[in-house]
Amino acid sequence: MNIKVRQEEIIEEFGLLDGDLEMSINYLIELGDQLAPFPKNNKNDDFIVKGCQSKVWLFAQEEDQQVIFHADSNTVVTKGLVSLLVRVLSGHRAEEILNGDIYFPDKIGMGRFIGSQRSNGFSAMIKQMKLYALAINIKDKK
Amino acid sequence: MTLTLKDQLDLTTLRKQFPILDQSVNGNPLIYLDNAATTQKPLAVISEINRYYTEDNANIHRGIHTMAERATTAYENTRKSVAQFINANESEEIIFTKGCTDSINLVAYSLGGYLLKPGDEVLISCMEHHSNIVPWQLICEKTKAVLKIMPINDKGELIFEEFLNLLSERTKIVSMVHISNTLGTINPVKEVIAAAHKWGAKVLIDGAQATPHNKIDVKSLNCDFYAFSGHKMYGPTGVGVLYGKRSLLEAIPPYQGGGEMIKEVSFTQTTYNEIPFKFEAGTPNIAGVTALNKAIEFVQSIGLGQISHHENALLLRATTQLSEIEGFQPMGTASEKASVISFNFEGVHPFDLGVLLDAKGIAIRTGHHCTQPLMDRFKVEGTARASFAIYNTFEEVDQFVSSLSNLIKKLR
Repeated sequence: MNIKVRQEEIIEEFGLLDGDLEMSINYLIELGDQLAPFPKNNKNDDFIVKGCQSKVWLFAQEEDQQVIFHADSNTVVTKGLVSLLVRVLSGHRAEEILNGDIYFPDKIGMGRFIGSQRSNGFSAMIKQMKLYALAINIKDKK
Repeated sequence: MTLTLKDQLDLTTLRKQFPILDQSVNGNPLIYLDNAATTQKPLAVISEINRYYTEDNANIHRGIHTMAERATTAYENTRKSVAQFINANESEEIIFTKGCTDSINLVAYSLGGYLLKPGDEVLISCMEHHSNIVPWQLICEKTKAVLKIMPINDKGELIFEEFLNLLSERTKIVSMVHISNTLGTINPVKEVIAAAHKWGAKVLIDGAQATPHNKIDVKSLNCDFYAFSGHKMYGPTGVGVLYGKRSLLEAIPPYQGGGEMIKEVSFTQTTYNEIPFKFEAGTPNIAGVTALNKAIEFVQSIGLGQISHHENALLLRATTQLSEIEGFQPMGTASEKASVISFNFEGVHPFDLGVLLDAKGIAIRTGHHCTQPLMDRFKVEGTARASFAIYNTFEEVDQFVSSLSNLIKKLR
């Protein structure tokens, strides 16, 4: 399933919630709960993406030429947000991630329920994931 | 009109002056509990901004035409009202600024630059807002003075004995918050000022959180400077006040250069205007200043005694009810406290509380509240904070606590 298809899935799921803010956030929290456990050894400052109020830990590894992302957060709402990105970007080749256009946040009206401050944090997460993909891509080409 | 708050009917009448409160947010009636960040504005303030631009708009002080005179009169009348509001000796001791932060920066730059020599000391407390920390760091760096911190106890109160021990002949400036925006602590500023003066230090009080809640008397306090914002006391944003004693305002240099603040300008020498104009370079926020007058009238129409009485009742109700929820961790339990309640719940991040309460139409603030050193002192990353104003009701407090209680159960 490519990056576009995964985004379409998310857009459809949130579409079912009819724009209800509370239901959307609760769904986001549920999705965050389903994230794979984050390796304890990596839960340190080397893997942190700092937001305005919350922390996200993020790292990537390559398995069978695919980039696998692992993420966690100290807040349940942010954990839900990063889980969406893991779902969209994890399990693809580095080059696909680098070229991937992330458009689902606008389509699900994320700005409305995460606010501008958190949008900045969300952009920082995408940037960090693409940087991981870039590093892996460069390594693969060597 | 003088409003009394003896019963709910009066509060209903009062809330009609705040049309913004009568709205739904995310499908729920708005409950606005972020008043320490900014208060909402009564119709009189909103109307005055509209009236000024509709009827009187002109640049002040130097115009000779009628509208300029009307605008100047409205602006200068506010100065008189502010002087009376905080019991200054004279209106010339009132300087209009962009806000409390701007007022503090003015004092740090002008007084600090005038007084501080290498090795001199500036004292601030551990509970200061960043706006009463960073300006002092900047001027201390420039003058090679030393910034020292007055410690607080676990209740969030100044440890007075330790403050006294920090005072010495090297202490040139003490700058302290009157009411903490995070803890709600009401500091014993009169005693702080008296103790600092014994060593010859000058004292600035950050009154941003105090002016909406308590009667301020700068003469009785005997502070050298007192800073506050309009927008935290029902006035517009972009307007602040700095009170300073005449002798000091005359002695210290201007903060910014430009029009209005000069007497005569030539390329070889410029002489400065008298106070307060010496500190008001450029065209000020005239509409904001005239609207601040309406905010003062609003506060005075109710009376600060009534306001603090009502807010204390809201605080007591919220604190009592929140204490009954398991895992409640209040931050700031001072004996003298204003209507701010800062807290955490074990195992729940305040950010999540803020987001989920917002979904229910309840506006609180979460994070470090621009007091990061205070967060370090209490070893927390942030808190959730509810802060009350005159228009908040007991029903809103009950709804807030009930929603919060349900969220805590869900998030654990």
